[in-house]
Amino acid sequence: MKKLRIRNIDQGAIMKLNKILKNSFLVLFACLALSACAVSKKSTGQMQGDVYTGTDTVEYLASGVPDRVFFATNESVLTTASRETLRKQAAWLRKNSDITIVLEGHADERGTREYNLALGERRANAAKDYLMTYGISSDRISVLSYGKERPVDSGSNPLAWSKNRRSVTVKAN
Amino acid sequence: MKKILFSLILLSIPFKVFALIEVDITRGNLDPLPIAVSPLSIDDNSRKNFEKILKKKDIGSEISKVVENNLKTSGLFNPLDKDAFLQAPDIANLKPRFEDWNLIKAQALITGKVNMIDNKLRVEFRLWDVLAGKEMMALAFTTVPSNWRRVGHIITDKVYERLTGEKGYFDTRIIYVAEEGPKTKRIKKLAIMDQDGVNNKFLTLGNELVLTPRFNPTSQMVTYLSYFRNLPRVYLLDIETGTQEVVGDFPGMTFAPRFSPDGKKIIMSFAKDGNSDIFTMDLENRIVEKITNHPSIDTSPSYSPDGKFICFNSDRSGYQQIYIMKSDGSNVKRISFGKGLYGTPVWSPRGDLIAFTKLHKGKFYIGVMRTDGSGERLLTENFYQEAPSWSPNGRVLIFYRETKSDDKGEGFSAKLWSIDLTGYNERMVNTPTDASDPSWSSLLSN
Repeated sequence: MKKLRIRNIDQGAIMKLNKILKNSFLVLFACLALSACAVSKKSTGQMQGDVYTGTDTVEYLASGVPDRVFFATNESVLTTASRETLRKQAAWLRKNSDITIVLEGHADERGTREYNLALGERRANAAKDYLMTYGISSDRISVLSYGKERPVDSGSNPLAWSKNRRSVTVKAN
Repeated sequence: MKKILFSLILLSIPFKVFALIEVDITRGNLDPLPIAVSPLSIDDNSRKNFEKILKKKDIGSEISKVVENNLKTSGLFNPLDKDAFLQAPDIANLKPRFEDWNLIKAQALITGKVNMIDNKLRVEFRLWDVLAGKEMMALAFTTVPSNWRRVGHIITDKVYERLTGEKGYFDTRIIYVAEEGPKTKRIKKLAIMDQDGVNNKFLTLGNELVLTPRFNPTSQMVTYLSYFRNLPRVYLLDIETGTQEVVGDFPGMTFAPRFSPDGKKIIMSFAKDGNSDIFTMDLENRIVEKITNHPSIDTSPSYSPDGKFICFNSDRSGYQQIYIMKSDGSNVKRISFGKGLYGTPVWSPRGDLIAFTKLHKGKFYIGVMRTDGSGERLLTENFYQEAPSWSPNGRVLIFYRETKSDDKGEGFSAKLWSIDLTGYNERMVNTPTDASDPSWSSLLSN
C-alpha cells in the first residue's frame, strides 16, 4: 500500500514536471523565434539590435584582448559579448599586475550633453564592476566619462552611433 | 568686465497716460510696429573727436544702427528705411514734423543727439508717438566713449520697455562654447559676446575640453565644466579678473553646474560608481549638501527664481524625464508625461514656465511647460537641438542646434539660435566659429 501510494505521488509529480518542461520549452521556442525575428529585422551585419558587433574601431590591449565594449541606446547593460571581452581584459590584467587602467565611457550624439556625461560614467562603471568581480582591484581602475564629446565615428547614422556608445579600456601607465 | 558708471538723467517725465502705440508681446507678432530710428545728430567738433578715439566716422549714426538692429531682431519692430526720412536728425530731435513721419507710415520715432563733454560721451534720445504727436520718453546718458555700443543697447531696452511694458534684454551678453575642428577631436573654448554677436572674446585657449558655462545673477562670475588634467570638474571663473578655482573637493566627476538665484550657491551633479546625484555647495562657507539620493541619474538642476524649488532631469522612471522638488530635496514630483524623453529643464526668470529639450521619434524639440507639467508647448523641431537658456525678461530662448553629418562625417555644424516664447522669430545668432551651450546674462545696466 505504501509503495503504491508513493508511486502514485511520483507519477503525479512526473506528469507535472512534464507539463512544466513542455510549457517552458514552448516559451523557450517562442523566445528563439522572437529574437530570430529581431535579429533578421535589425542586424546589418555589424549590429545586433542596436549594439555594435563589428571590429572596425576596436583596438587591442594585447593579442586577443579587445579594448572596448558596446552598448544599446540609453543602456549600460553589458551584453554577452561585452562580458566575454571584459573577462579577457581581466585575465590580461591579472597577468600584468603592474598595469593600471582608465575606463573611458562614451555616449552617442543623440542625447542631451549633461545626461550623456552621466550615462558615460554609468557605462564605464558597468565595465569596472565586471572587472572587479573577476578579481581586478578598484585601485587599478579609474573611470572617465566623455559623454558625447569624443565620438570615434563622426557620421550621423545608426551604425556610427552604435560604435560611439562604448566603454574603452585604456592603459594608464 | 569693467564696472561702468552710467549716469542717467530723466529729461522729462514720461507720461504713463494711454499712449496710442503699444506692442503686444504675448502673441506671435506678425505685424511688427513700423518705427523710424533717426540717426543721432552730432556737432562737427564732437564728431571729429570721437572719430579719433573710436575710429568711427559718425558715432551718432553708428549708435542708431545698434538700436535699429536690436529692434529688428526682436521681431516686434520694423525699422523703416532711412532713405525715406524727410527731416534732418538735429531738427527732428528738437521738434519732429509728425506729418512727415506719418507719411512714411512710422508709428514711433526715435531721435537724439551725441556730444563730447569732458572727454565723455553724452547721448540724449527721445521716443515720439507719431500718431498722437507726443513725446513718450526723453533720457540722457553720460559714459566713457568706448561704451558707445552699450548706449545703443540701453536705448533699445528703454524703448522696448516703454512700448511693451516689459523689461528689455539688449544690454546683455551671451557666454557660450566656441567649437572648432573635426567632430572626433573637437576643440572647445569658452567665449563671451554681446547679445547681438559683437565684441566676441575667447576666455580659454582650447587646451582642455570645456562645457556648459552659466552666469551668476550679476553676470560677473561663470560656472562651467572643465576637463583640466583629464579630471572633469565644475569650476568657478571670475570674468573680470580671470581667476578660476575648482568648486568643492569631490572624488569624481562634477558637472551640470548652475548658480542659485541669489548667487550664493552652486548646484550641480556629482557622479560616483555609476550614479549621479545632485549637490549644492555654498560659495561662502564651502558647505556641501546632498540634495537627491537615488540610484538613478539625477542631473541638469535649475532653481526657481525664488530659490524655493529645483527642477531637474532624472531617469528614475526608466527614461529621462523632468522632475521638480523643494530646494531641500523633499517632495520630488515628476512633471513631464508627454511622449518621448525630456531633458535640460530650465526655470523661467518669470517663474511660470520651464523650458526643456524633448526627444521624440528621432527629432529634437525645444519647448516650454508650466511648472506643474501642464500646458506643454513645442516651439521648434529639428534634427538636433538642446540646452535652452532664457533671456532675462523670460521672452526669448537661446539654444544650440547641430546639423546632421553625412556618412563620411562631413557637413556637421553647431550654431546658436534664438526663438521667441511665442514660437515665432526663430533666428541664427552669428558667431565667429561653431558654437554651443549658450547662457544668457542678466541685464548689465538698470
